[in-house]
Amino acid sequence: MRGIVDSLRLLMGGEPRKQSRAEFSAEAQELHAFKGQPEQRKERIAKIRAELAEPTFSFTHRSFKWRKWRWASIILINMLFVVSFHYDVQLVEGALTASRFVGFHMADLNSALQVTLAHKNLVINLVIGTLTVAILWWLVGGRSFCSWACPYHLVSEWAEMLHIWLAGKGWIKDHPLDRRMRSVLYVIFALLALVSGYTVFESISPVGILSRALIYGAGVAMTWVGVLLFIEVFLVRRFWCRYVCPIGMTYGFVGSVSPVVVEYTLPECLHEGECRKVCLVPHVLEMTKKNRAEDVALTLGADCTRCGMCIEACPTGALNFKLRGTGGLI
Amino acid sequence: MARKLTPKQQKERRTLVFSALMGAGVVGSGLMAYLPMHLKWEAYLRPPGALNEKDLLGSCIKCGQCVQVCPVEAIKLSDGEGGFGIGVPYIDARAQACDFSCDATQCVLACPTGALSHKIDKKEQVNMGLARLSRPDACLARLGQGFKGQARGADFEGLHRYEKIDRWNPIKIADHPYDLPLCDLCVRECPIKGAISMQPLTTDQDKDDPRRTPVVHDKCVGCGMCEMICPLETTAIVIDQTREGPKV
Repeated sequence: MRGIVDSLRLLMGGEPRKQSRAEFSAEAQELHAFKGQPEQRKERIAKIRAELAEPTFSFTHRSFKWRKWRWASIILINMLFVVSFHYDVQLVEGALTASRFVGFHMADLNSALQVTLAHKNLVINLVIGTLTVAILWWLVGGRSFCSWACPYHLVSEWAEMLHIWLAGKGWIKDHPLDRRMRSVLYVIFALLALVSGYTVFESISPVGILSRALIYGAGVAMTWVGVLLFIEVFLVRRFWCRYVCPIGMTYGFVGSVSPVVVEYTLPECLHEGECRKVCLVPHVLEMTKKNRAEDVALTLGADCTRCGMCIEACPTGALNFKLRGTGGLI
Repeated sequence: MARKLTPKQQKERRTLVFSALMGAGVVGSGLMAYLPMHLKWEAYLRPPGALNEKDLLGSCIKCGQCVQVCPVEAIKLSDGEGGFGIGVPYIDARAQACDFSCDATQCVLACPTGALSHKIDKKEQVNMGLARLSRPDACLARLGQGFKGQARGADFEGLHRYEKIDRWNPIKIADHPYDLPLCDLCVRECPIKGAISMQPLTTDQDKDDPRRTPVVHDKCVGCGMCEMICPLETTAIVIDQTREGPKV
């Protein structure tokens, strides 16, 4: 239970909590103590040196086993909409905000929320579509919507690559923001919909804008997507996905008790911090710091997008996808 | 007395201020979408069944399922210039009107949120607007003139379903030339019975005087077919957005 509360607090922008030693499991305490021995420390440093010498360690030579599936997934999902409309296949009609998948209603959770708050009316089709989508994304991890379906996530990833490259050259630097901002904006946009009766957020949602642009053709609203990408390249790394997007937060709540999680195992970890460097939401990887894991195996919190980048980045295989509730069978 | 801040506190404060600025920027950008509506840059003709403008914008989920089912592809989605109505469907009647080719109101059936009211099941219940003779002096019927040829020229892409030619499939208006002694296209192609009719200009008009004027009646639903078919360079008849919601 405490795990869930912490995970939601983190999702809403809270700082990772530093647990007292008393909260650590006996096994974890033992392992931390063991890792702290002088000879073990030396061994760890030697191992990290060896890693650094490996050619696969560099970012350009890394295996992107999850990324290629993820990008394929984003492209496939979005192209299904496009192909469906242009060739009149009637497989997925609509856009990411709401659609019919072979006749079944689907509604994006945040769009449905905005519309319901603005119009103050519960429509049965929308309730059905929202529940279907909620169950679907709960099953596969909640914020997995972000990294496996959202078209903005993909272009934002490309912007991030450019950002990292420019930052590496020393030409720009990242200006991190306060993560509580997303919660504040979430409430503001919900209130704006409720009070004004308009779905104010939809007019700046790059997800809706991009999805519609792909399907129905681009217009002036795409300049807003351009502005966001500009900010992400030159000013704030992953500005929208990290600090703003209420859609991601909504799916985060859905995924807080999802069966699909990324699991961290303390024994394998050398605490290099490679995972936190690549992560969109590094606060969920706080336990990978030295002496922080309160147990030998821990799952990442609700804000984790299940993108698998940390899994790819980890040189020792301490992070892996896990299906909860199967007793370790899968 | 000003308290001296440690460098860490200074950095935190800078982050907080910068976050507040960026956050305000995001909210401000969202609110800027009110501008096009306040200035009324566009007065959109909305698809059949659309609730009144305010409710439509709030209830539409901006998915375009209505766009996808329309057999004549009359429905478009407004973009950034639509303000809070970004992604909300509209019809540019002059380019492609809704001619109820679908018989029922397919767009209404496709709408997942009831922004196009599900109370509607007949085209007669639709209330998109009201036709108005905007340029009476140019109207061919009022001048007593006929019309021969393609109503909107050879290049016009607009579609219309001519029941006598093909009951099920709309064809290009350009593929259906006319030869009319007196132009009555707006009346002839109107899909709603009794919505518009040709009347003499005055009650005491001479019997041999061919001049007539189109008169719009209460039954007009504002589908825009007359606006699309008007063969003049600039249409003589337009749709006014008088809609307050469907007629049910």
